[in-house]
Amino acid sequence: MKFIPDPIGRFCHRMASPPHFYALSGKLLPWLTGIFLILLACGLYGGLYLAPPDYQQGDSYRIIYIHVPSAWMSLFIYIVMAITGAIGLIWRIKLAEIVAISSASVGASFTFIALVTGSLWGKPMWGTWWVWDARLTSELILLFLYLGVIGLYNAIDDKRTASKAVAILALVGVVNIPIIHYSVEWWNTLHQGPTVTKMDKPSIHVSMLIPLLLMAIAFKFYYVIAMLQRARLELLQRERTAAWVKKLVSEPSNSSS
Amino acid sequence: MKPIRRQRLILIILMIAGIGTAVGFALKSFNDNLMYFFSTTDVDNGKAPKDALFRLGGMVVKGTVERPGDGLTVRFKLTDFSKEVTVEYTGILPDLFREGQGIVANGKLDARGVFVAEEVLAKHDENYMPPEVKASLKQELKNQ
Amino acid sequence: MNLQEFLAMGGYAFYVWVSYGICFAVLLANIVLPVMQRKQLIRQLAEKQQRQQP
Repeated sequence: MKFIPDPIGRFCHRMASPPHFYALSGKLLPWLTGIFLILLACGLYGGLYLAPPDYQQGDSYRIIYIHVPSAWMSLFIYIVMAITGAIGLIWRIKLAEIVAISSASVGASFTFIALVTGSLWGKPMWGTWWVWDARLTSELILLFLYLGVIGLYNAIDDKRTASKAVAILALVGVVNIPIIHYSVEWWNTLHQGPTVTKMDKPSIHVSMLIPLLLMAIAFKFYYVIAMLQRARLELLQRERTAAWVKKLVSEPSNSSS
Repeated sequence: MKPIRRQRLILIILMIAGIGTAVGFALKSFNDNLMYFFSTTDVDNGKAPKDALFRLGGMVVKGTVERPGDGLTVRFKLTDFSKEVTVEYTGILPDLFREGQGIVANGKLDARGVFVAEEVLAKHDENYMPPEVKASLKQELKNQ
Repeated sequence: MNLQEFLAMGGYAFYVWVSYGICFAVLLANIVLPVMQRKQLIRQLAEKQQRQQP
């Protein structure tokens, strides 16, 4: 049984080799950072300045431009973490394990941002910082899942074993993802229903939607950047005795950069 | 795929399916507890708790907001478009509180069947638009 | 719209700017920390290597 044709398989194999990944990610990072900063500038300018105030919420709704993309990313990164974790479990690919654990801290940050900005939005609009409704509670559980993954990984010294344990925890937590997404439809919640991902058409005016989508794409780039930075550190720590790391360290240009 | 890898894959799929089913049943059995608020119809049917705090959600009926007395007390009717319940509240209302807006109130029913709220939260809808667009939408509705 | 009006955010300045502040502080920390840690690790490894083979 063969899923993947040979040339692609060979390409992936080469990509997954640690020295190659380290070198390539180093070359890609400046470009990714550049694109991220441009998207971020456009998104912020559109969201904070160009977009008109909301008819009900005035200017307070502008928190949407970081709250909603962060919340999307918190779910997206969890799915990436679970899939790469599963790939690590099944195929024992070292790089997949590293991507999985490097995603965890970025995902935890986005979950934290979604919760805090939601709270800062809820206080003036709903009249409360926090309620225990299904949406908010399930998002808080997501934060604990991320923190559990990070804590478990740090608690186990052998990083290959740690990756396996973490992948299983991440896969168990996957059931929370549809719960978060559908919580506002399945149960009565204080949190309102989905705006952009509605089946018919988004119920947000186009002048407000474009900056939101720009910010969402910018955050996707940010995730790749932050994940790669974390992965490069993780890779060096794990491979500190490998020949390629010794060679890298001995080059004076690298010890400073 | 090598048999050992396929075995691991099947194991993972079974694990997720198993946990998913378990959580699904758990959520189903706790369904009522996961509801953040009762509707006004629930109150009318007597489904809402008596002599205990609970949350009541609904839309503020247009033209029913009144201030008896000169204090901070507000009285208004809530509806879920089938049954109405009168709510009394003393205190500061959230910025989004207005007629035709969804709210969630925490409090209990008194002997008159009036819901005395200790806390009122606004529930905003998922629509975002500039004020001018809202105004023109209203105009369109009138013209139809 | 002048700068003062922009900063006032229609009276919601506190909520809006604190949200953005926390957001970007967290995002920045997520980049800076791993980069600093990696540089430190490279320095440590280089020192160790020099000690072993002068």
